[in-house]
Amino acid sequence: MSFTSALKNRLTKPESAGSGYHSFWQYIHIDVPLLTSIILLITAGLIILYSASSQNLALVEQQVLHIGLGLVVMLVFAQIHPSTWQRWALWIYLLGIVLLITVLATGHIGKGAERWLNLGFMRFQPSEMMKLALPMFLAWHYHRIHLPLSASAILFSIIIIFIPVLLTAKQPDLSTALLLIIAGGSVLLLAGLSWYLIGTLITMGALCAPLVWYILRDYQRQRVLTFLNPERDPLGAGYHIIQSKIAIGSGGLFGKGWLNGTQSHLQFLPEHTTDFIFAVCGEEFGLAGNLIVICIFMAIIGRGLYITMHAQDTFNRLLAGSLTLTFFVSFFVNMGMVTGILPVAGLPLPLISYGGSSMMTLMATFGILMSIQTHRKLLTT
Amino acid sequence: MRKRVAIKDHQQEIQLINRRCISTLVIMVILVLLLIARLVWLQLINHNHFTTLSQKNWLDLVPLEPTRGLIYDRNGLLLAENIPVYSLDIIPNKISNMPKTLADIARIVPLSDDDIAQFHRELKQHRRFDEVTLKLRLSEEEVARFSENQYRLPGVRVKAHLIRHYPFVNSLSHVLGYVGRINIDELKEIDTTNYSASNYIGKLGIEKFYEDELHGTVGYEQAENDASGQALRVLNQIKPVPGKNLYLTLDTKLQAEVEKALAGHRGAVVAIQPATGQILAMVSEPSYDPNLFVAGINNKDFQALQESPDRPLYNRALRGLYPYGSTIKPFIAVGGLDLGVITPNYAISDPGWYKLPTSSHIFHDHKRGGHGTVNLFRAVIVSCDTYFFDLAHRLGIQRLDNVLQKFGFGQLTGVDLDEELPGVLASPAWKRKVKGVSWYEGDTLNSGIGQGFMQVTALQLATGVAIIANHGKRFIPHLLLAEQTPGQSLEMQASTQHDPVKLDNPANWNIVINAMVGVIMAPGGTGYHFGKALYSVAAKTGTAQNHSIKVYNSNIDHEDQSALPEKLRDNSLFIAFAPVDKPKIAIAVIVENDLGAPQIARQILDYYLLGPPLVLPIAPANNTKVQGTAAHVIH
Repeated sequence: MSFTSALKNRLTKPESAGSGYHSFWQYIHIDVPLLTSIILLITAGLIILYSASSQNLALVEQQVLHIGLGLVVMLVFAQIHPSTWQRWALWIYLLGIVLLITVLATGHIGKGAERWLNLGFMRFQPSEMMKLALPMFLAWHYHRIHLPLSASAILFSIIIIFIPVLLTAKQPDLSTALLLIIAGGSVLLLAGLSWYLIGTLITMGALCAPLVWYILRDYQRQRVLTFLNPERDPLGAGYHIIQSKIAIGSGGLFGKGWLNGTQSHLQFLPEHTTDFIFAVCGEEFGLAGNLIVICIFMAIIGRGLYITMHAQDTFNRLLAGSLTLTFFVSFFVNMGMVTGILPVAGLPLPLISYGGSSMMTLMATFGILMSIQTHRKLLTT
Repeated sequence: MRKRVAIKDHQQEIQLINRRCISTLVIMVILVLLLIARLVWLQLINHNHFTTLSQKNWLDLVPLEPTRGLIYDRNGLLLAENIPVYSLDIIPNKISNMPKTLADIARIVPLSDDDIAQFHRELKQHRRFDEVTLKLRLSEEEVARFSENQYRLPGVRVKAHLIRHYPFVNSLSHVLGYVGRINIDELKEIDTTNYSASNYIGKLGIEKFYEDELHGTVGYEQAENDASGQALRVLNQIKPVPGKNLYLTLDTKLQAEVEKALAGHRGAVVAIQPATGQILAMVSEPSYDPNLFVAGINNKDFQALQESPDRPLYNRALRGLYPYGSTIKPFIAVGGLDLGVITPNYAISDPGWYKLPTSSHIFHDHKRGGHGTVNLFRAVIVSCDTYFFDLAHRLGIQRLDNVLQKFGFGQLTGVDLDEELPGVLASPAWKRKVKGVSWYEGDTLNSGIGQGFMQVTALQLATGVAIIANHGKRFIPHLLLAEQTPGQSLEMQASTQHDPVKLDNPANWNIVINAMVGVIMAPGGTGYHFGKALYSVAAKTGTAQNHSIKVYNSNIDHEDQSALPEKLRDNSLFIAFAPVDKPKIAIAVIVENDLGAPQIARQILDYYLLGPPLVLPIAPANNTKVQGTAAHVIH
């Protein structure tokens, strides 16, 4: 009771700028448009998950628990002032590198489980932490130096990006490594890396592709080959993508209806609660359902870019922009994979796929975005 | 100072970052539009294609096997039925350790090496999620024992099937044939849709000839499947249409009596109802158990059957080609009379041999010293070879063949079985083609007494004698009496008449028939072994040398057959019909290497026309050996 009355007091306090309604959310550092989009997406996700899991209520409850925890994480991160991150960016990054090395070291001893760090009460994935630490560090660094970037700064950035990327790829967790490249690269992009240089880097990357082929593990090579021609192995590696396309295509304009998807319910569609959940959405809700989901995703992107463009300073702008771009890549790569325009990358659909650890990172991301939006000083300019 | 610079940078940086934000937004929107285009392509443009694929995924049309039609005899006795058997089936993709599973099963249900070898062969031919039969025909005890242990053996299950069963075992195998697993050659011939659920197909006999009627039409079940191919529920069903039931013209009791009479011999008997052409009995001895072939005969059993010197798999009634011996004489007599070559009173003096005017070669009669003066009656009754040498010579091979051809010899009778052989109607053209040498007049003479190149089947002889009994009316011999669509009434099958044998003077029929009556009744008649019966019989005996003895007129004494090795002894033949005035049965009996044909025929005709000698239940597959007719009690 006292908490709510205190809040009400707070609302009526004249020192809060703007309307009363605005100032309440401002006070708890929640960005309402972003939260609304997130809640919409999470709700849609739970509806799809309930069907995709063949009405497994226990699984849905577990996901609700993840979401609940995630919202708490978001709320906590939203309270942390961006300047705190700015102060600690270097140390968080270094801690992340140490933890990644630790994971690799213990993973070698424990044989296999190379992604997780067991903290006793919970398992912790340092590469998830790195998704936030890397753009923070780069944003902090670029905030200190002059933009546009000098050649030495670019070279330094590439080293900073590739240390955690290589450590993560070694686990091996290629999809997270890819997202780390995106997270770091997006900071570079926003910091004004010249388009000419971006083009050169992409060309060089393409030229390096044959070299990458040697580094790839066998199952990863299979994925690439199967992406190029799924019918090559219809019952093996190509099975996922063929069944996924069948699920989406058979959904048509309005879908087969909730709980009526045959592809997922009869187990034809693999990993239908995690990586391929978008196909379940396409099968049961059709093109219309897919467009709604995509629109909500784009609303989050739009709000993220709005926050970026209205952020306080370079650090905040670069951090917010990078987090937004990374979020875009993570859902776009998943949808591209499920619809067969990108290789099977093993990335979940953010906020919708079943799973705990990526949910925490995402909610932390949104917390940071909200913090950036709600902690900015209202400048008169 | 430094701070001022920073502020200046700050403004620049804001513009730079904002420009970049707009650029990336544009890129992101383009990418999302691409994604949407892809979704439109999948969900709108190719929607129908993917819907079909999705339905193919989960809707499985499971074909349902139609129940094979039953086969009955003319009295409604069941000859071929479908009995439930239990098989032990394995679904390979549910077994992680096959050798261990097999060993576990063997502890519960005994498995032979054959079972396991067969299983491994079949395993290679099936998909991983198709069940493969490990053992067929489990006993009830084995089923019970397996059921107790089933929980320990996932992926193994007992399934009930219907399997063809022939309750009369050996008795009818040469007529009914059997069904067996469809093989690769048959797969090319059949309508694979209609057989998609069927494992069996008629291989021989009635089962093969009436395959289309017996098989029925496949049904379908639309089942919902999950990704592992497991059926979840049935959505829709089109019931299979069972095959038609067949009623055969066979009289199983007569058939059993024929087998009893023929038991212990190698030979064939065909009995026909002259007025219709219906086959009353068709026996080839020895025989085999067709049930062995249904489940797939094992090598040992098959070799035993194939290597048996009595050749039980050989269908002597349809495919056994025998020299006519003297049974050819009535047919030639009909021809001779009708063509005016002889008259009933035309007589010759038989010195015991015959010599062509142009040749020095002497053709011996089977009776040394001859039959004296013989006319046609006498010639048929005593089976005078000299008379028929003369008749054949005067007819010439061309006219002789024409006569025989009218009676259906040298051609397929058209019986409703596939295995039939046409026999040999020897002619100059035939000899040149087959033997590569020209025809000699001596060949004509040998043909006149049913030796030489002429060959006939038991079915042809029975058909031929039925034509005499009918005074020329010729029916196509057949086994199908009626068909029955299950649940409906019988559709009787009409007999098919062939062009009759037309004589210029129909009275000639009775002349020959009277002579055939004399074979049994007249003094010196060769049918004296048949004995006197309570009904009138027209018959002709025959004794034919085996191929292994090349020249008929060698000096082997026919009374001394016992001195010869069994396989070289003469065959005995007997054709007859009775009663003479209103024939109810026409019969041909061929016995290899034994002279017992008349006695066997007597036993059969007695049974058919007078009823069973003793009132005893007819047991199928009764192999009691009955010798001669002396034991008969005639009612």
